[in-house]
Amino acid sequence: MSALLEMRSITKTFPGVKALDEVSLTVREGEIHALVGENGAGKSTLMKVLSGVYPAGSYEGEIHYSGGLAEFRNIADSEKRGIIIIHQELALVPLLSIAENLFLGNEQASRGVINWHGTFRRTEELLHKVGLREAPTTLVGKLGVGKQQLVEIAKALSKEVRLLILDEPTAALSESDSQALLDLLLELKAQGVTSIIISHKLNEVRRVADSVTVIRDGATVSSMDARTQEITEDAIVRDMVGRDMAHRYPARRRVAKDVLFEVQNWNVWHPEQSDRQVIKSANLKVCAGEVVGIAGLMGSGRTELAMSIFGRSYGQNISGSARIKGQEVDVSRVDRAIDAGLAYVTEDRKSLGLILEEPISRNVSLAHLQGVSQNGILNDNLETEVAERYRKAMNIRTPSVFQKVMNLSGGNQQKVVLSKWLFAEPGVLILDEPTRGIDVGAKFEIYGIINELSAMGKGVLMISSEMPELLGMCDRIYVMNEGALVGELTAEEASQERIMSLIVTE
Amino acid sequence: MTLAQATTTEAEPMRIGEYLLGHLRTYGLLFALIAIMIFFQISTSGTLLRPVNITNLLLQNSYIIIMALGMLIVIVSGNIDLSVGSVMGFVGALAAVMIVQLDVPYLLAIVICLVVGGLIGAAQGYWVAYWKIPSFIVTLAGMLVFRGLSLLLLEGQSVGPFPREFQALANGFVADVFPAGIGQTFAAMFGARQVNVLALGVGIIAAVAIVWSGLRARARNRAYGVVDEPRAFFIARNVIVVGAIVFIMFKLSTFRGLPNVLITMGVLTMIYAFLTERTVLGRRVYALGGNQKAAKLSGIKTERLTFLAFVNMGVLAAAAGLVFAARLNTATPKAGFALELDVIAAVFIGGASMSGGVGTIVGAVVGAFLMGVLNNGMSIMGIGIDYQQMIKGLVLLAAVIFDVYNKSKQG
Ligand SMILES: Nc1ncnc2c1ncn2[C@@H]1O[C@H](COP(=O)(O)OP(=O)(O)OP(=O)(O)O)[C@@H](O)[C@H]1O
Ligand SMILES: [Mg+2]
Repeated sequence: MSALLEMRSITKTFPGVKALDEVSLTVREGEIHALVGENGAGKSTLMKVLSGVYPAGSYEGEIHYSGGLAEFRNIADSEKRGIIIIHQELALVPLLSIAENLFLGNEQASRGVINWHGTFRRTEELLHKVGLREAPTTLVGKLGVGKQQLVEIAKALSKEVRLLILDEPTAALSESDSQALLDLLLELKAQGVTSIIISHKLNEVRRVADSVTVIRDGATVSSMDARTQEITEDAIVRDMVGRDMAHRYPARRRVAKDVLFEVQNWNVWHPEQSDRQVIKSANLKVCAGEVVGIAGLMGSGRTELAMSIFGRSYGQNISGSARIKGQEVDVSRVDRAIDAGLAYVTEDRKSLGLILEEPISRNVSLAHLQGVSQNGILNDNLETEVAERYRKAMNIRTPSVFQKVMNLSGGNQQKVVLSKWLFAEPGVLILDEPTRGIDVGAKFEIYGIINELSAMGKGVLMISSEMPELLGMCDRIYVMNEGALVGELTAEEASQERIMSLIVTE
Repeated sequence: MTLAQATTTEAEPMRIGEYLLGHLRTYGLLFALIAIMIFFQISTSGTLLRPVNITNLLLQNSYIIIMALGMLIVIVSGNIDLSVGSVMGFVGALAAVMIVQLDVPYLLAIVICLVVGGLIGAAQGYWVAYWKIPSFIVTLAGMLVFRGLSLLLLEGQSVGPFPREFQALANGFVADVFPAGIGQTFAAMFGARQVNVLALGVGIIAAVAIVWSGLRARARNRAYGVVDEPRAFFIARNVIVVGAIVFIMFKLSTFRGLPNVLITMGVLTMIYAFLTERTVLGRRVYALGGNQKAAKLSGIKTERLTFLAFVNMGVLAAAAGLVFAARLNTATPKAGFALELDVIAAVFIGGASMSGGVGTIVGAVVGAFLMGVLNNGMSIMGIGIDYQQMIKGLVLLAAVIFDVYNKSKQG
């Protein structure tokens, strides 16, 4: 097999940042090529260069594609040559149907009039191909992230794809959805589609990739080929972070203390459909110094539970009581919940966690402006100092804390959200998918921070779809299914099988 | 990712070019204002910058600027207020009815008018903030309602004149506190007929304050290693600003001195600039406009903040209404007609973003002046109202296109 794509010495600079420094990437025809590297290493940027998001001329270096020099001026150019990119942030229109989304900008029409019959037939074919059983008329907004991801792929398939680029496609997916997606990739490979996949989930990389390219600090570190050598996760990790990592989870000293946070008989109804109960008499507690996990499938109500507790940010007709150190606390508004000592780190950083147009410093201070002001007057110096402190502590890759959050890589944005809530100095942290889109090295750092928080006597409630993470970090795990907490396991009892069986038997 | 070394090692000219590109918006506005002033200064053969015309320019634009301060906050919070022109007219009418027809003491009338303005803002803000009704619609309704109310209140007639004390609100000047001798000495020195030492002094103090605070900010940025303005730029910008202020204040001092409204405007501008840039409250407004959901989940009371933005706008529209009525010395049913558009245009020319979260008080004020100079200059040149409207429209469009282009450039 020959090389379908060769990117040579690609260099791309943004004001103040050299995102790519002579990166090279070779992808063979018909393979699945994994691109891995730390947050901010330049993976997304490299793919944007390839797909014409950053047009020829805005970077240095050469792209050779399918036997010739390629100079794409925009995405349409690269799409014409069969390069389709699915970005880290999905780009579907929630209020349009699946069919409409699939053919957006590529409508099946004659003389400007859409041929709905043909559109629906093609949509059904494509949905069948990606294994999504939904009606073409279903609104995309009604689908979960996993299914939306499949719609994105179906959209790519509708366009004569030769090289499919997926930027962290499984970051927001549950285990089973991820499996389905990876299987689909393998199937597409069998049909001759080449793909590049960016992922921080190294077990997935090992499972599907024929070759792996590791980039670090904007430069290619290594390329591995599964045909000539065995690709191990450890080898990838070593190249990614530049050192050996013996453990994926830092050692935890368990210190069970008094009950810190308690929620009793918590009931929540759906915000629009007032007869639908979303959370059904949930009871949970977190002790001081304890890390408690909530396991469950996507849509089991974990985020809804957390957000309804945090200032009634979700749902209606909420009933139940919340106590901190035995005292009933008022969590009926976000500011009151914060005052009571709660913090909620959202799973949806872009729309719920960050102000993208504003710099890091202003995002970090947002939930605790009292901490950088006196009598309502801001102290800019202090604010900058605080942001600097978190930049160092969390290892946020950026030229300065005055960089707009929009310009950070996905993983570094996540660190900014975490910093913001750490600065609010909560007693109880609710972390919703805290390591989504975060690289192995940074994950380890975040686990370390969670451990530090618990050592300080804080309570941590952690929602995660990555079971190994829950098993590696938590002292106790609640299992949630269809809005109810259906089981509770101690760290000793817990295993993937037991959690799954609790979910299934209910 | 490696931090580019460009910022520290490369030659100065390269840096300046890069910097200018990044801050084109800020400088662009200032340059545009200067360019337009030079153009009109020449094409009106010097009339534009005559002391009497500068004084006029300030008086003519005072109510626009006062409202632009409130409008900036409303727009930054992600809303819009179309009713301000009507509210301004209505409050002017109310003042006239109270003072001229009902003999209410003018100070009491002023207080009542400001409170009424606040209540009007509250009435509109309530629907926007707590019922989530788009501000465009609520204030469009308000615009019609208050236009009608002014007509009703004035019974279609003009009401005036106001007592002298009330007129002084807009047309008065601050008396020189310094002995006449000093003024005469200066006048002889500069070859002017008279010099109001207070006006000149205030100008110099303002200039010194601007340079001082600029230097302080610069030192702070340096301490935190922020890539800051190249020295040449800092100096050039300050020389221009200081020169302009001292020049204008000198011109004013050779006429009748400091207009009362200039003091009102200056103080309000400073207060609001401070409020938006340096206080927790201001920061929260930007956060609200930048991402309402994220702001809410950070504990910001987004509804209340939106409500307050409208209350504030109402009070400022009332203040503008008082100044306007005092300036014309009569309240007319047509007062404030379509003025909201000038105010909104000023804020957008000043760099605010339609989607909220972006914009500065200083930008809005400069934007208002830019519109004001355009109006004034074109009127002196004798350009008809038809062309004036077209030119102003095109300037607004150009400013916003420039914004969008600039943004896409930065990626
Ligand atoms: N528009 C931009 N302006 C300035 N800097 C940028 C811009 N886009 C990306 N960067 C910087 O370039 C570097 C590489 O970013 P990129 O998004 O490619 O990282 P990534 O490898 O995809 O990381 P992640 O795994 O976190 O998604 C980062 O340091 C980022 O801050
Ligand atoms: Mg990325």
